[in-house]
Amino acid sequence: MLPGLPVSLGVTVAAISLVVLLPLSTLVVATGSMKGAAFRAALASPRVMASFTLSLGAALGAAAVASAAGLLIAWVLVRHPFPGRNFVDSLIDLPFALPTAVAGITLTTLYGPSGWLGRPLEALGIKVAYTPFGIVLALVFIGLPFSVRTLQPVLADLDPEVEEAAACLGASRRQIFLRVLLPKLLPAWLTGFSLAFARGLGEYGSVVFISGNMPMKTEIAPLLIMTKLEQYDTAGAAAIATVLLAISFLMLLALNRFEAWSANPTGRAR
Amino acid sequence: MSIEVRGISKQFGTHAALDGVSILVEPGEFVALLGPSGSGKTSLLRIIAGLEQPDAGSVHFHGEDATARDAKDRKVGFVFQHYALFGRMTVFENVAFGMRVKPRANRPPESEIRRKVEELLHLVQLDWMQDRLPSELSGGQRQRVALARALAVEPRVLLLDEPFGSLDAKVRRELRSWLRRLHDEIHLTSLFVTHDQEEALQMADRVVLLHEGRIEQIGTPDEIRSRPASYFVREFLEIS
Repeated sequence: MLPGLPVSLGVTVAAISLVVLLPLSTLVVATGSMKGAAFRAALASPRVMASFTLSLGAALGAAAVASAAGLLIAWVLVRHPFPGRNFVDSLIDLPFALPTAVAGITLTTLYGPSGWLGRPLEALGIKVAYTPFGIVLALVFIGLPFSVRTLQPVLADLDPEVEEAAACLGASRRQIFLRVLLPKLLPAWLTGFSLAFARGLGEYGSVVFISGNMPMKTEIAPLLIMTKLEQYDTAGAAAIATVLLAISFLMLLALNRFEAWSANPTGRAR
Repeated sequence: MSIEVRGISKQFGTHAALDGVSILVEPGEFVALLGPSGSGKTSLLRIIAGLEQPDAGSVHFHGEDATARDAKDRKVGFVFQHYALFGRMTVFENVAFGMRVKPRANRPPESEIRRKVEELLHLVQLDWMQDRLPSELSGGQRQRVALARALAVEPRVLLLDEPFGSLDAKVRRELRSWLRRLHDEIHLTSLFVTHDQEEALQMADRVVLLHEGRIEQIGTPDEIRSRPASYFVREFLEIS
């Protein structure tokens, strides 16, 4: 046994309980006090279902875009030294630091019907603000650092000689990426994806400004929770929150399993 | 298949890594590129493989100009000092890689791939290791897998970059004589880089001695030992 294990284990469990488990269990208790029928009724309304579909779809879409863009950004930052690289590298973390409401208001101003980008885009027939597209945009902004920061160390660890060896064996760039690089990147890539997804599913501040919050169209589930609370419908809010939580948890669990498998596909102990 | 480089020069910044180097390696020959670190020997090997582009000069295989060709089209077997094995593939898949990435039209059938991999692993005396991962092998075993992997695509020439550089002295001596015997069996034109004069003089048919990007001397081990061409050669080989 490690020295000090009982103490450190005790502190860890206490901290996790206070910070994570206790608030989450209150939520489950609040939901648990509802009758099954009331729980179903709180969720069954078309407005709630629409918000789930929207939140889930936007979070998945944004996580996918953030993962793709994140790979490119991480690749350039690791492999191509260019002037100002450190500056760009520190910009990556800004979405973490910026209050999400500021991000939301900025995006809305930029992409709104009279914004710098919104006006020319609207002339092309593309509406961004007050559409699901705008929600995805805000979530990509929020999710990008997760993808970049999880991939960077793995990319930095890759040995260029392995790619050269593959090239000498006749592999094309595409084959090198698919057969040699991707298997190594996949676990980190999935971690970034699941972090961006989970964050996007619960994201509130940056989305409510750009989404326009039209019920059935651009109303995300976290906003609906706020609405229910303002109407003193605590139980209804708790029911939505519980479902969101369950979706996130199942998704993260599934991705974790897949990561573990892809880290050791042979299933043999090392 | 012969290897010929003509007037190869390569600059890194202001430093001339190679300065007008010309070498002809005859078909079936086993030639050592010998020199202290920084003499440009690895750069030359990488230029021959197509992993780097020369600033001037040309590379020819069997008389045919390959300077403009990509590494993947040169049919060159390359063995790296640090093995560069595919860490997430088994030994079998490492060796099979070169056959699996061939265009579908000339990719051998699975049974043929299996036969070939088993034959090569037998050649490098690792047939019982095919389901292991590279991380489960010793350094000497990894380098033998790397060699089998390079041979699997039936390269026209074999290039080895300090192949024994990260192995301990005993394994190095064993692998040296083993590689020399292997070469006498398969007669593949080979060029290997080393900074170890003993290794070069013991293994090679001919030795090319590089110093600061230029050739100091080319000759058989006997010639170099008995008639060193310059003070540098004498110093480097510690001939008294």
